[in-house]
Amino acid sequence: MPNDRELDATNNTEAVLTDHYPGMAAIDETILNLETDAISPDGEVLKRPFGPLFWVAIGWVSLIILLAILANLLPLQNPNYGNYNILNAGPSLQHWLGTDDLGRDLFSRIVFGSRVSLVVGFGATFISIVAGGTLGLLSGYKGGALDSTMNAASFIILAFPAIIAVIALVAVWAPPNLWKITLILGVGTIPLMYRVIRATTLAFANRDFVVAAKTMGATTPRILFREILPNVVPIGVTFGLISVAGLIVLEGSLAFLGLSVPLPTPSWGNMIAEGSNNGLLSINPLIMMWPALSMFLLLLSINLIGDRLRQRLDVREGLL
Amino acid sequence: MTIAADQPSEVDDVVLRVDQLVVEFVNGKKRVQAVSGVSFEVRAGETLGLVGESGCGKSTTGRALIQVQPATSGSIEYRGVALNKLSAKELRRVRTKVQMIFQDPISSLNPRRRVKDIVAEPLVIWNQGSKEEQAERVRTMMEKVGIDPDVAGDRRPREFSGGQCQRISIARALMADPELLICDEPVSALDVSVQAQILNLLADLKAQFGLTMVFIAHDLAVVKNVSDRIAVMYLGKLVEISPADDLYDYAAHPYTEALLTAIPEPDPEAGGHHVPLQGELPSPLNPPSGCRFRTRCPYAQDVCAEVEPPLQEVGPGHQVACHFPRPKASAAH
Repeated sequence: MPNDRELDATNNTEAVLTDHYPGMAAIDETILNLETDAISPDGEVLKRPFGPLFWVAIGWVSLIILLAILANLLPLQNPNYGNYNILNAGPSLQHWLGTDDLGRDLFSRIVFGSRVSLVVGFGATFISIVAGGTLGLLSGYKGGALDSTMNAASFIILAFPAIIAVIALVAVWAPPNLWKITLILGVGTIPLMYRVIRATTLAFANRDFVVAAKTMGATTPRILFREILPNVVPIGVTFGLISVAGLIVLEGSLAFLGLSVPLPTPSWGNMIAEGSNNGLLSINPLIMMWPALSMFLLLLSINLIGDRLRQRLDVREGLL
Repeated sequence: MTIAADQPSEVDDVVLRVDQLVVEFVNGKKRVQAVSGVSFEVRAGETLGLVGESGCGKSTTGRALIQVQPATSGSIEYRGVALNKLSAKELRRVRTKVQMIFQDPISSLNPRRRVKDIVAEPLVIWNQGSKEEQAERVRTMMEKVGIDPDVAGDRRPREFSGGQCQRISIARALMADPELLICDEPVSALDVSVQAQILNLLADLKAQFGLTMVFIAHDLAVVKNVSDRIAVMYLGKLVEISPADDLYDYAAHPYTEALLTAIPEPDPEAGGHHVPLQGELPSPLNPPSGCRFRTRCPYAQDVCAEVEPPLQEVGPGHQVACHFPRPKASAAH
């Protein structure tokens, strides 16, 4: 009589690779001698490879982060120094990506400008994950009045059109700088993060393993952090990366409107804004193209990494 | 009851006493009584089988016993301590003595934790012994439930079959050193041949650890083999409670009779009568008046719609809630 594992094998070859157990070695209680060789060779779960594209994306994101961190140590030109002898120059050995209409080195401006995007993207996401994640865990697990109140509050906040609310805030809390923008966008993303984490928590809060932990005397913090959090983290990471990408775009939009970090400090957003002003686009399209391309490739990479990580972290719960 | 007064030793023996347990679910203005006034006792060392069809409230009763589902009224006493009246702090300590095995072996184990950590959890929570002692106890327990600790310890639940997951759940429950084990349909998600393994394992461990068990199931054939006494539930009420052997010889309640005759008979020559149940389980939102079984009962009369039958003695330790209990002769094999 075929056991359930073997039946699985007919339509799920991965099942055989990962855990081919002699499920019914004997009708007796003793299955003490599980055959070790029936398990995957290295004793680990065989995982789907990430693929080369994932590593290219990781490489690109790492490169941009490294450049942003080390920008001051690298032999880069001053991003705000204008050499009026070479306005709107094309790429050369001196100026890898060319110069803009004030003769500033575009490569240097791209590198220094990336700091704004990265700090806002990752910083604001960090704020929203810490605050929204904690609230979401508590609210999803505890339920009751706390949950309904926070849930309603999140809906109300989410009902505001994000960009308009942020523009209003930035306008009131002038002048904008990097930390204000990060804080505003971070706090503004809390309701969204809260909803995602709460929904994921709800899916686990009433599982039998949580009930079992309760009956064993586990305290609420222990249940939250030991039983539920590990199951929520994959979603948090994936959604966090999507949020980084979204916030970078949002910062770009604000900068384009002149509501982010003020000039002359470079950011990808204000470079795009500069490059598209006063008919400059037709004279020197590179000014706008480089930051747009950088942003496009960064977002593409981040989304790709998020997607692959989600696939990897997605635990299938047994193959019963 | 009079037993308590006559034989005080019996009282000491009672591990769990459930008295007039009511569990209601409130959904807006609707109230559903999943359990409406169930009383029973579980004595030390025995296995009480709790049977009934889906939706009869047997699992809700089980969850109320471990205080996962709050009781609306009534009391649940473990060794004389009313569990549903304890503070959260007191409950935390006491309820480790009552552990549960769940129906879904996959959902009962955290998919992100290693098996040895799952099994060690009760020890870690209560900070019992050094790391080495804990590891040693986990090894011993895993061997007892038939899981090789060397092979399985570092793996995660998804790498195991349903039967193996159920063994791991059992190991974890026993690590808490319980006196009372509530098994909520522990084998109904498993293959029939694996069911036998798990049932045998439970029987062995029960003897080894001196456990008392409440065994919830919808399958009388499964319950028959493990139970000392059997309680039959219908639509939130207890309809019959009896020593297991008596019940299979003589089902006094028409519902029990129907359940028993519905067990498939492997011998085609055996014949025997089958009492088919008519209709569906009525909605617990609006239960029938009087006897709740009357809408499907072949023997129902006018009185059944008016008066709710109380549990009454029809034999030693055998109680039935029916106005017209089946006569003994009719059910004789």
